Amino acid sequence: MRFLLDAEQRAFADSLDAMLTAADTPSVVRDWSRGEQASGRALWSRIAEAGVFALAVPEVYEGLGRRPVELAVAFVELGRHAVPGPLVETVTAAALLTEPGPAKRLLPALASGEAMATVAPSGSYALDGDAATTRLALTSDGLRLAPGHGPVRRCLDPARRLTPLTPGGELLVPHPPVAHALTTARLTTAAQALGVGLALLDRTVAYVKQRSQFGVPIGSFQAVKHRLADAKIALEFARPLVFGAALSMSPAEVAAAKVAACEAAYATARTALQLHGAIGYTAEYDLSLWLTKARALRSAWGSPRECRNVVVSARDRRW
Amino acid sequence: MDLAFAPQDEAFRAEARAWLEAHVPAVPLPSLETEEGFAAHRAWEAELAADRWSVVNWPAAYGGRDAGLLRWLVFEEEYYAAGAPGRVGQNGISLLAPTLFDHGTEEQRARVLPPMARGEVIWAQAWSEPEAGSDLASLRSKAVRAPGGWRLSGQKTWSSRAAFADRAFGLFRSESRAPKPHQGLTYLMFDLRAPGVTVRPIARLDGKPAFAELFLDEVFVPDEDVIGEPGQGWRVAMATAGNERGLMLRSPGRFLAGADRLFRLWRAEGSPQDTEDRVADALIGARAYQLFTYAAASRFLDGALLGPESSLNKVFWSEYDIALSETALDLLGAQGEAADTDWSQRYVFALAGPIYAGTNEIQRDIIAERLLGLPKGRR
Ligand SMILES: Cc1cc2nc3c(=O)[nH]c(=O)nc-3n(C[C@H](O)[C@H](O)[C@H](O)COP(=O)(O)OP(=O)(O)OC[C@H]3O[C@@H](n4cnc5c(N)ncnc54)[C@H](O)[C@@H]3O)c2cc1C
Repeated sequence: MRFLLDAEQRAFADSLDAMLTAADTPSVVRDWSRGEQASGRALWSRIAEAGVFALAVPEVYEGLGRRPVELAVAFVELGRHAVPGPLVETVTAAALLTEPGPAKRLLPALASGEAMATVAPSGSYALDGDAATTRLALTSDGLRLAPGHGPVRRCLDPARRLTPLTPGGELLVPHPPVAHALTTARLTTAAQALGVGLALLDRTVAYVKQRSQFGVPIGSFQAVKHRLADAKIALEFARPLVFGAALSMSPAEVAAAKVAACEAAYATARTALQLHGAIGYTAEYDLSLWLTKARALRSAWGSPRECRNVVVSARDRRW
Repeated sequence: MDLAFAPQDEAFRAEARAWLEAHVPAVPLPSLETEEGFAAHRAWEAELAADRWSVVNWPAAYGGRDAGLLRWLVFEEEYYAAGAPGRVGQNGISLLAPTLFDHGTEEQRARVLPPMARGEVIWAQAWSEPEAGSDLASLRSKAVRAPGGWRLSGQKTWSSRAAFADRAFGLFRSESRAPKPHQGLTYLMFDLRAPGVTVRPIARLDGKPAFAELFLDEVFVPDEDVIGEPGQGWRVAMATAGNERGLMLRSPGRFLAGADRLFRLWRAEGSPQDTEDRVADALIGARAYQLFTYAAASRFLDGALLGPESSLNKVFWSEYDIALSETALDLLGAQGEAADTDWSQRYVFALAGPIYAGTNEIQRDIIAERLLGLPKGRR
């Protein structure tokens, strides 16, 4: 038993962090929100080059093998930098494509970053259907390749573009591994939310050290400190759940991780906004990019309520 | 990164489980906060010790099994899962013993630890004073030099189980002119039945009488009962205070077992919808605490020190324990009002969690200042 990331995993996180810091993700997010995809696609290629999507693809299809722990490491960093795009959807698509025919046809391009996938149950919104090149619909008769998408609807997180998928299209797989794919979606959403929460905490700690009122930094006020301490506690106890879930990939553990990480990120978002005061309430200030994402991820791929229900009803809960 | 225990650790788990199955009393012991319960729990400590289960992580020379941190965690999981009694020896085992391992003399360890392991000597913690709570360094009780030792005078309070315990450890002011309040303090062990000691029980919120205040009037303590250097008491005491907040006081095993019991209660009540989220949160919280602790233990085994992170634990488990027992009481409805049920007793005890071992307000200050690097403000 050694429940810690190893040196290689930590180095992977650090290199992603360095790459994303240099990439000026806030301006990429703003472009993406306006429907301008060039900078987002360029960033997508670099993320793929770093191997992120390949971590969801078996080696026979030109991936690095399915490696949920490394995937979680990567998604924490993607969340910390508010990277836009159908990130979770692309790895979820990869988890759905286990049938050799469609896998051979579609997975190599997902692993390399050449393709961008989105996926949704038919009738609900698919994230970023206007940018995705592979649009998958889960229908009653299986997994279909949707022929197109409908109009974009704005989301409360401007970087998430909600699109219905056009019905019909080629039936790719009659019985896709939906449960496993949902587990992948929830795990990566949880990791992304944890990253969002960590970024919100870091930014707020930096802000309250530098912003003065009444002649002292606001970070010296106990009411401010205690809210940040609570955010820190919530995030630090969500983190091991995310990595424990990645190790087991048990639906109950993943659901638990999603509840804890999304609730922690959301509570941190509320704290971050409050402690920034009015500037935090502006769209111009970058904090907003994480604030709205924390809310959106909470409902994505299973609300807290649905996930809590999985925890209490699960047969595979081992604790 | 992995969560699999080595085969030897699993064998240890199986051995612990088998022993507990054969020995855990079928009928729960009376509360250890009462006189008869205290005696029954003392006997249980002796039974544990007879097969060397009372202090598994201690060296064998003092009655332990050299089991290490991971196996201690495994033992605790099995211990609470088996519904075994609360540990009356806990103050000594989780607070004094680590201090003696780090700062005591070989003679002190040999003299103090084995009877502690056997439950023959039960220890009380005498830190708090009427005027020194969160601001512990403002304490006033004095230790004055005497031939061959020290004379203690003053008043200590809120001392858990001191009404029935044998000995106590605490901080005393030995230099009245030290420049700062946390300087010139000496850490000493003393006998609760020594001449000059008066123990006055204080009924707690649950009416149990084991809590006490101590009046000390020129109580003689020999030099051999000073822990560490005279005058260095603050440093010595704080070096192990993290144990109290962190994992040694409240291991995850306790909360895993509690969450499981709550879950079974909820199912037995027909899985009511309105408490589903809270029951789920209890399960999620127990798992989070377990995995957080495994991560901390892994870091510790890699050579890291347990620092201010133990303040994260303290706030988490104390609030968790209240949420857990409140949910159980809500599920039990009118029955939950009865004072003699396990859940109502757990609830009333849980209410004290955010107060003892350093209040949660103080822990949040530590988290903000030492983990997040925020500026110190007015206390
Ligand atoms: C069940 C129980 C068992 C105990 N067992 C022991 C024992 O065995 N041995 C022992 O020595 N002591 C024991 N204690 C005492 C415990 O350690 C003290 O109660 C604790 O340190 C708080 O001190 P106080 O009660 O004097 O509260 P105070 O320090 O007076 O605090 C009162 C309130 O003010 C808040 N406050 C104080 N200072 C600050 C600040 N700077 N910022 C923000 N808020 C602040 C506190 O957080 C608290 O909410 C026990 C207490 C309980 C309830």
